[in-house]
Amino acid sequence: MNKILEKKQLSNEVFRMKVHAPLIAEERKPGQFVIVQLDSDFGERIPLTIADANTAEGTITLIFQTVGKTTHNLADLNPGDAIQNLLGPLGRPTHIEKFGTVVCVGGGIGVAPLHPIAEGMKKAGNKMIIIMGARNKELLIMEDLMGKIADELIICTDDGSYGRKCLVTEPLKEICERVPKPDMAVAIGPPIMMKFCAQTTKPYNVPTVVSLNTIMIDGTGMCGGCRVTVGGKTKFVCVDGPEFDGHQVDFDNMMKRLGAYKNLEDKAHEKCHLEESMVKAKK
Amino acid sequence: MSHKDKEQLAGEANELMSKILSTGKQLSPKERLAIPAQEMPSQDPDKRRGNMSEVALGYTPEQTRLEAMRCLKCKTAPCIEGCPVRIDIPGFVSAAAEGNFQKSIDIIKKNSLLPAVCGRVCPQEVQCQLNCTVGKSLKSVDKAVSIGRIERFVADLERKSDKQETPAIKPQTGKKVAVIGSGPASITVAADVRREGHAVTMFEAFHKPGGVMMYGIPEFRLPKAIVEKEINTLKSMGVEIKTSFVVGRTRKLRDLIDKDGFDAVFIGTGAGLPKFMNIEGENLVGVYSANEFLTRVNLMRAYDRENADTPVAYSRKVVVLGGGNVAMDAARSAVRLGAQDVHLVYRRTEVEMPARIEEVRHAKEEGVIFHILENAKRILGDEKGHVKAMECLRYELGAPDDSGRRRPVEIRGSEFTMEVDTVIVAIGNDSNPLIKQTTPEMVTTKWGNIIVDENGKTSVDRVYAGGDIVLGAATVILAMGQGRTAAASINKLLAS
Ligand SMILES: Cc1cc2nc3c(=O)[nH]c(=O)nc-3n(C[C@H](O)[C@H](O)[C@H](O)COP(=O)(O)OP(=O)(O)OC[C@H]3O[C@@H](n4cnc5c(N)ncnc54)[C@H](O)[C@@H]3O)c2cc1C
Ligand SMILES: Cc1cc2nc3c(=O)[nH]c(=O)nc-3n(C[C@H](O)[C@H](O)[C@H](O)COP(=O)(O)OP(=O)(O)OC[C@H]3O[C@@H](n4cnc5c(N)ncnc54)[C@H](O)[C@@H]3O)c2cc1C
Ligand code: SF4
Ligand code: SF4
Ligand code: FES
Repeated sequence: MNKILEKKQLSNEVFRMKVHAPLIAEERKPGQFVIVQLDSDFGERIPLTIADANTAEGTITLIFQTVGKTTHNLADLNPGDAIQNLLGPLGRPTHIEKFGTVVCVGGGIGVAPLHPIAEGMKKAGNKMIIIMGARNKELLIMEDLMGKIADELIICTDDGSYGRKCLVTEPLKEICERVPKPDMAVAIGPPIMMKFCAQTTKPYNVPTVVSLNTIMIDGTGMCGGCRVTVGGKTKFVCVDGPEFDGHQVDFDNMMKRLGAYKNLEDKAHEKCHLEESMVKAKK
Repeated sequence: MSHKDKEQLAGEANELMSKILSTGKQLSPKERLAIPAQEMPSQDPDKRRGNMSEVALGYTPEQTRLEAMRCLKCKTAPCIEGCPVRIDIPGFVSAAAEGNFQKSIDIIKKNSLLPAVCGRVCPQEVQCQLNCTVGKSLKSVDKAVSIGRIERFVADLERKSDKQETPAIKPQTGKKVAVIGSGPASITVAADVRREGHAVTMFEAFHKPGGVMMYGIPEFRLPKAIVEKEINTLKSMGVEIKTSFVVGRTRKLRDLIDKDGFDAVFIGTGAGLPKFMNIEGENLVGVYSANEFLTRVNLMRAYDRENADTPVAYSRKVVVLGGGNVAMDAARSAVRLGAQDVHLVYRRTEVEMPARIEEVRHAKEEGVIFHILENAKRILGDEKGHVKAMECLRYELGAPDDSGRRRPVEIRGSEFTMEVDTVIVAIGNDSNPLIKQTTPEMVTTKWGNIIVDENGKTSVDRVYAGGDIVLGAATVILAMGQGRTAAASINKLLAS
């Protein structure tokens, strides 16, 4: 049982929670994640990145987008409530060192897991270029925090409601064309975005790390449900990743696997919205 | 064979029992051999295909006594040799024959901590029942005394009677032991070490303790209530159980000793990573490892389609690759989830199948279609990346390999395709690397299994290990046996 200490809504669909988890706070490193389960009997086990941690307080911060049943139920919890099961920190930490210039690309909720990595890279002495993208202004999160880290901050929205009206790959390409080109790229966001970021940097030979968000069950290497094809080989995201060489990842296969339960998930999601509106109607 | 229901079997047993008792005489060996082997009452195959309840229903008291009366109490007791924990089999069986079931279970419990589990899942036909004199005399291992079923009966009787007492605990010693994992090896260590008065903390990565008995072996073969009861006994003994705690990540093994002050550590982390075949199409949607499939079904309760949040997609035509217990469990679970056809593809023949004979029989009764001497060559997908077919090859048996089993050899050009929508790979597991990765000084085999000495001790001071992480894929009773050995060593270490 891990107590929720703070909750803040960052946008229509995005929430930030501070949770009591002293051991995880002590051990975690940038790039690692936890598995959250809200009900021991029937609840799904979902992976969420550790966006931040405070060892003095013994807390970790999660930032998540409400996309389906479990994330909705999580968003309904409040300070004082507890998360039944919280397992972590899982996954290999990000490899952080001084590369030179690092360009970080965050799409949507991907900015949350990107933040500790960007912070680590900055601390290691890298020059930081940060590109943030979202569908519209309302969905943009953590601009202030990323602004503090960035030596250069570029913001894009799909609809042009804020920053440049373009996809993140456009400024990414421009940056790759600069002389000298960046030494390293990190892209985290929806799979389709990571796929195109990797495609963008490939011709320029800019090494590109992506963080994969596959479906998981145990998160400890036992089930193989999180597997992806990387460089023609099968890898388990929970123990071999979550970060991989973006130029090697078979994104098409990964996206298909992510959609494996779409019908069933959509049903569960609909049901939870339906219940929500019924509760509201009763009141 | 037509299905005999529980009442029918009970009736036959009662009749025979009263006949034997009315003579009031000791049975001669010949008369013992003449008692028919008692059939295990089971749920009707047509019904059980649609539910998750236990298939084998357990003997009646009369069946238990009759089956026990078949035992000849051999002086040499070859059965004991076959039991990895050397239970006094003639002893507990003759107590059961007399109807003294309490004495019977007391004898078993001297050597085994989990009789209700082992009575159900031990591969008896290759262990205690393999060399049973009765089976030898009747020229079939199937006719051996059903030691496991008697064990199960007396264990269940005690469990249901609630007479089971919490074992006595010696006064606190002030020493503390960490037990990693919560499968049969770890449960045994926790109990044996705690009894000596040491404090025990058990760490389990999953949200529920019990190991493979909880997430792997399905309800219809091993009811979870039995495992939960064992866990509750540990709790009532004062063992602290920390779930959602993965050693190596939440805390390093070294830190347990250096920072948290544990005086000894036992590693019982099980087998871990599922093996795949490394064939084309293995990452298509609809291909599962048996671990994933069974975890979804058992631990996450996907069979309860209304309530579970972790689903298993509906399948029409399922293929399971493999021939062990895991493969049978996956195939039979798929039947219960409503698949139309379930096929099992194995590259050797039924004789070489490592699964328990009873599981193979149950699987067939439930309609699983067996394909022997065949293996998958590649899996084919549709445009959405879903499995649509599997290309197979036929095999024949060649010369024996290292394991003494005849090696399957592929027949060139024998490719054929079967239409399927789900493939479950059940070809074994590699060892879990997490503790090794984060404890570099730990010596393992090249397959990652932890190496221990005859006392269960690893290369690291104060650290012991046992179960599947040492043995590779093994059995519940072997894991338990190793736990016993390690616990004895730990108790000795802490006594000095
Ligand atoms: C290592 C890792 C770190 C992650 N970190 C974060 C994070 O910090 N914040 C955050 O909001 N999310 C994160 N995710 C994604 C998060 O796990 C999913 O959003 C969550 O599992 C959805 O659960 P649900 O029950 O709410 O939705 P579901 O009902 O399970 O799914 C709803 C929809 O989301 C899609 N979906 C399902 N699982 C995932 C997934 N793993 N990734 C993307 N889409 C998915 C489905 O296709 C479906 O359309 C991370 C995933 C991984 C693997
Ligand atoms: C489907 C299936 C069917 C089987 N059928 C039979 C059968 O019929 N008869 C039989 O005798 N045997 C059977 N077996 C084999 C038997 O279950 C195993 O040999 C036995 O459970 C091994 O016990 P163990 O104590 O080594 O560990 P396990 O039971 O494997 O338990 C290990 C536990 O440790 C946890 N863990 C792993 N790493 C960590 C970590 N770093 N920190 C904390 N916790 C961790 C795991 O989550 C797991 O719960 C079957 C196995 C499977 C998978
Ligand atoms: S523990 Fe297993 S092998 Fe030993 S007697 Fe019981 S069933 Fe047979
Ligand atoms: S070998 Fe068979 S008959 Fe002989 S003592 Fe053992 S169980 Fe009884
Ligand atoms: S989530 Fe099970 S192996 Fe990665």
